[in-house]
Amino acid sequence: MSRRKGGKLKGLLLGRQIDLTSHIVRTSASIRFENKGSSDTTKVLFALSSAQAERLAYLAAIVLEGKGKSKTQSDPLAVSQVSFQSAPRDIVLYSFSLNKPLKRGESAIVEVNYVLTHVLKPFPEEIKQSDVQLVVYLDNAYLLSPYVVKVQTTTFKLPRSRVESFTKLDASRLADSELKYGPYENVAAFSHQPVTVHFENNQPFAVIKELEREIEISHWGNVYVTENYHLMHGGARHKGTFSRLDYQARPSASGVAAFNRLFAKLPPRAHSVYYRDEIGNISTSHLRSDNKRTDLLLEPRYPLFGGWQVTFTLGYGVPISDFLFYSKDGQRFLDFTFGSPISNAVVDKLVVKVVLPEGSKDPVVSVPFPVEITHERKYSYLDTVGRTVVVLRKENVVPEHDVHFQVYYKFNNLALLAEPLMLVFGIFCFFIACIAYMHFDFSISKSSASYQARLQREEVADAIQRLQKVMNVRAAVTDKLDASLRDLARTGDVASCKAARKAAEATLKETAKEVKSIQEALQASSRAASVLLKVDSLIQKEKEKQDKLLQKHSLTVELYERKLSSKDIDNRIAPYQQKLLVLTQEVSDLLHAIDD
Amino acid sequence: MAAGTEVISPRRGAFGSVLAVLILLLIGILAFSIRLFSVIKYESVIHEFDPYFNYRVTQFLTKSGIYEFWNWFDDRTWYPLGRVIGGTVYPGLTLTAGTMWWIANALNIPLSVETVCVFTAPVFSAYAAWATYFLTKEIKGTGAGLTAAALIAMVPSYISRSVAGSYDNEAVAIFALILTFYLYVKTLNTGSLFYATLNALAYFYMVCSWGGYTFIINLIPMHVLLCIMTGRFSSRLYIAYAPLVILGTILAALVPVVGFNAVMTSEHFASFLVFVILHVTALVHYIKRILTPKTYRMALTMVLTIGTVGALTLVAILVALVAASPTKGWSGRSLSLLDPTYASKYIPIIASVSEHQPPTWPSYFMDINILAFLVPAGIIACFSPLSDSSSFAVLYMVTSVYFSGVMVRLMLVLAPAACILAGIALSEAFGTLTYSIKYQQIPTLSNEPVSEEKTTALKSAIDSSFKSVVPKDSIKEKTKVEGDEKVKEPVKEKTSKRIRKKEKEIAEKHVEKQVERKPLVLPLEASAVGIVLLILLGSFYIHCVWAAAEAYSAPSIVLSSQMSDGSVHVFDDFREAYAWLRHNTDENDKVASWWDYGYQTTAMANRTVIVDNNTWNNTHIATVGMAMSSPEKEAWEIYQSLDVKYVFVIFGGLVGYPSDDINKFLWMVRIGGGVFPHIREPDYLRDNQYRIDSMATPTMLNSLMYRLSYYRFAEATMDGNGYDRVRRTEIGKKHFKLAYFEEVFTTQHWMVRIYKLKPSKNRQRGKNKRKTKAVSKKITRKPIKSLKNPWSS
Repeated sequence: MSRRKGGKLKGLLLGRQIDLTSHIVRTSASIRFENKGSSDTTKVLFALSSAQAERLAYLAAIVLEGKGKSKTQSDPLAVSQVSFQSAPRDIVLYSFSLNKPLKRGESAIVEVNYVLTHVLKPFPEEIKQSDVQLVVYLDNAYLLSPYVVKVQTTTFKLPRSRVESFTKLDASRLADSELKYGPYENVAAFSHQPVTVHFENNQPFAVIKELEREIEISHWGNVYVTENYHLMHGGARHKGTFSRLDYQARPSASGVAAFNRLFAKLPPRAHSVYYRDEIGNISTSHLRSDNKRTDLLLEPRYPLFGGWQVTFTLGYGVPISDFLFYSKDGQRFLDFTFGSPISNAVVDKLVVKVVLPEGSKDPVVSVPFPVEITHERKYSYLDTVGRTVVVLRKENVVPEHDVHFQVYYKFNNLALLAEPLMLVFGIFCFFIACIAYMHFDFSISKSSASYQARLQREEVADAIQRLQKVMNVRAAVTDKLDASLRDLARTGDVASCKAARKAAEATLKETAKEVKSIQEALQASSRAASVLLKVDSLIQKEKEKQDKLLQKHSLTVELYERKLSSKDIDNRIAPYQQKLLVLTQEVSDLLHAIDD
Repeated sequence: MAAGTEVISPRRGAFGSVLAVLILLLIGILAFSIRLFSVIKYESVIHEFDPYFNYRVTQFLTKSGIYEFWNWFDDRTWYPLGRVIGGTVYPGLTLTAGTMWWIANALNIPLSVETVCVFTAPVFSAYAAWATYFLTKEIKGTGAGLTAAALIAMVPSYISRSVAGSYDNEAVAIFALILTFYLYVKTLNTGSLFYATLNALAYFYMVCSWGGYTFIINLIPMHVLLCIMTGRFSSRLYIAYAPLVILGTILAALVPVVGFNAVMTSEHFASFLVFVILHVTALVHYIKRILTPKTYRMALTMVLTIGTVGALTLVAILVALVAASPTKGWSGRSLSLLDPTYASKYIPIIASVSEHQPPTWPSYFMDINILAFLVPAGIIACFSPLSDSSSFAVLYMVTSVYFSGVMVRLMLVLAPAACILAGIALSEAFGTLTYSIKYQQIPTLSNEPVSEEKTTALKSAIDSSFKSVVPKDSIKEKTKVEGDEKVKEPVKEKTSKRIRKKEKEIAEKHVEKQVERKPLVLPLEASAVGIVLLILLGSFYIHCVWAAAEAYSAPSIVLSSQMSDGSVHVFDDFREAYAWLRHNTDENDKVASWWDYGYQTTAMANRTVIVDNNTWNNTHIATVGMAMSSPEKEAWEIYQSLDVKYVFVIFGGLVGYPSDDINKFLWMVRIGGGVFPHIREPDYLRDNQYRIDSMATPTMLNSLMYRLSYYRFAEATMDGNGYDRVRRTEIGKKHFKLAYFEEVFTTQHWMVRIYKLKPSKNRQRGKNKRKTKAVSKKITRKPIKSLKNPWSS
């Protein structure tokens, strides 16, 4: 034992405060240790009964140094569970290692904080809607200490002045909502004097039986958090009827121990908050946010009475810049809160899953308290190799655990491009496939009637397309002739106009050959019978039109050469113009008819 | 998309087909997004009643796989009978959504089953619009096809059944219906066996999806018969019909819910009869071909005499067989289609559903709006010229009008027909209209015959509208325009398409320009008609958006009302109650309620129910109806015998929610009374009036429904007079206590009130106190004797 090894310690002054105002029991004990032994020591011991140790959620100690205003707090001390043969049974010992050794004859003040859950037992266990909730708390009047304690007092802080009963001891008194035991002097080591307090506690007994938090990092700019809650009222069970009338009309006298709202403190700049359950959105919630914080007031679908349960999902996104940082060695790390954002709730079973982006490697977790760490793989949007998931499990989590933890991982920026590139490639392949489909012939039988018919149809279509092309060329000739005529009217340059006509004639002659060949091809094809008539008339009309145009052209030029007045010229060519118009119209009509 | 490119003929040039695909894509997006109002205004949630069942089945399918699904015996419903889900459900919708979910998850897109279910209907309405395009294109060309597709994308009647969240059979069935019709018409036009096979497969999908497949299997034979009678028999007709009947019937029989019904019920007889007629016709045609006219005439007389005798005997046997069965071989719903008064006379369960009532005139106007006026024009257009396919459209229209007149729900079948015909009418109207623009433009030429193909007219019409924009003062300029035009070829194409698809703003511009600049160019009458049509279409569009946003997007499980300060107050009582049941009752507890809420209770609360919306067992529903109409004690006994732990009622009297159980109560009495004659409707009516005020009958005031609804209601109302805001009256009995039930939960607005049956021990102890032991024994035995419940023995 440390007393034998390191020297004799003695607890000197002790004040213990037990906070019973909520359903989470927080105890804070400050102890002055005096080293009366022969050598220095670095360890002090602390004891809890095994019943309490079972419900222990959190245990931490600090050393208070200095006096008065210059009081400073040390860093939290390292805690470890130890066992000794000589210690009584049903007692669990914890050892704190001091940062600097306690020298012989000196003393140090250690403040121990611990949190217990599920230790307030409702009594009666079942209550009606109109009843208040009474709970029983069982503890030791003395600090369970492996050392002799010189002076000690214990204070129970109660939520209300109404106390049904408490164990009366020598120096016990109840004042307002405080129950005090002590001071007791020179209490022997491991002394035990059970006390019970039976009092009214209508605080919300919000117990989250199971909470799964999924923190998904997306390097595109957000961290998405999804939290699945299974919430329960952990107080006295509701019995008998539930009358909405009483609940609504007399809120002060009915269902005082029930609660219908919860507060959640989300990280600042949280956005896209949603609150739903398996059957849809829950419309009763209020979100207030400014730059520094985001407060969410959640109301479950129905008020929770003792023993009633509800499940829901809370989700939100936060900007990645607030939570993702680069460490010195170039790794990235996520710095996020561990516990539930809901205030004053006990989480019986907490699972935190950190979903790292696809392509992340070597995740390392740093959490300030022991948790169970496993790894999983998750496939999400368009993943190919899957995302690494770090799973942290812890039981019996209280708000004190809501501290930041870090996940370090390696990530290559190029992996960001994998998914967009994959999409691009996929769409590219789709178009390639479309093009291939349009260009290849997939018919099984090349000799079937329908296949032949299609071939012929295509041939005809092809011929007509060629015809249209030629017609366009010829139409362009028309344009050129017209343009030359206009030039003539402006400049009177007869020679260039004649040249234009010559060129036009040449092209027309050339294209006429082509037209003829197409016409012959169409005549040869059996399928073209229906269009052939139209094509023939088109060719004829078009030819006529070109002839007329040429005639008009030559006439105009001739008239110019005779230097007639422009009005006269107009008069002379008017009949041609009329005919041309008619022909042009007909040709364009025929062209469209063929198009169909 | 691939289908789109395929269909447009290569001759039209790549640009045109790409444009058509683009327009179809836009129509698809329109069809999808106009149905999202419910998600935007409310939330992404499954709507109403039946969709919850489909959702639950889909969940089961995705969780347990297809084989488990076929064998699924659901013990959470119709307690204690249960229901064989795999064999009694049309699996099309569920399998479709399940497949979509599976594909999404296989691609690592983590969509929830609920999301997939919510968006199934909008996705399939886009498909339906495309299918309509192809069908109408087969009937009357691309222009009509695009117009019809645009119309069906936003016709309110279809929207009402396919908004996001309305996850019901109709969501995919309408697509399947149109697809089947398209493939039938396609086969009829091409005579290709390939399409005939596809047609049978589409029919199979339709059979999987909806009981309305009987409409197809009766309409197509009718059309075939029509073709035969009008002398339009051809080999194409044979190919379109014969494989459909053979393959289709075999495939339909594979669907467990149809099974041997595919050959045994009267609904399918028409198809077989026509099948025989078709073969006889084919035989006659064949014989006619190989015989000389004289021998043919002889053979004809002989066959006719023998045939008449044979047919008469056959008909007699058939009639005797059919008459032997009580419902004459027809299912109740089908019978009420043929005889609209059938259901209200004999089957109160069918009659009690509001969507099985005949529609009123306003509902026609609401649901198909101006299409109703365009349809006659479309029918006329179909007759010029009448083809096999256009006669099909007319027949489809006529029959669906009849059916829609019988049941509101079948308005849905009418909608595609109305859209197709209205699309044809509009396309023809605009075709003619723009055609006249063109030929008015050069007055000297307008005496040309106006008998060319309409599409040509349309195209050239647009040319002219371009010309009209270009000033043509000099003759030389004029010829220049001519040249320009050829360059503008593609532009024209685009405009013409856009006009034909009734996104008509551009056309409007052109028409108006025409009217403004050259009043003589377009005849006044034509332009007036055009403008009136455009205004009508504009108002139709506005009406559709309004209907989608306001009338048809409420999910009915979430209600909301506008507060005086403009904020929206949400009434989420149903889900509050279901969530409470889900989390705070034992998993195997049985919950009783009226059958309307059965599906929701199993899906949302995950508790076993006694009856649900499937309504397959009238006696069981009548038992619950009887319990609700009985006094407390008898009701307690009935529920106790059914192992019911909780009973809930829907009550709207506090906030004024009209479709609550008190308003449905008379149906419970009727249905209960139909099986258990001691429940008599007149007992609940005072002077043939249904009332719950002080004039109400004692039977009414003592019924379980009244007591559960109004328990402690008077105390909750202002000044305690118990004013019911739905019935607008003070309730008859205000202060009373429940002896056999206890209130365990009431939602925030009192819309759902859940009661628990008090355990039987308490009751006996209470009796023991008053009576001696010897007497109490007798009394405790008595209620067991007086049970009128079929499940007690």
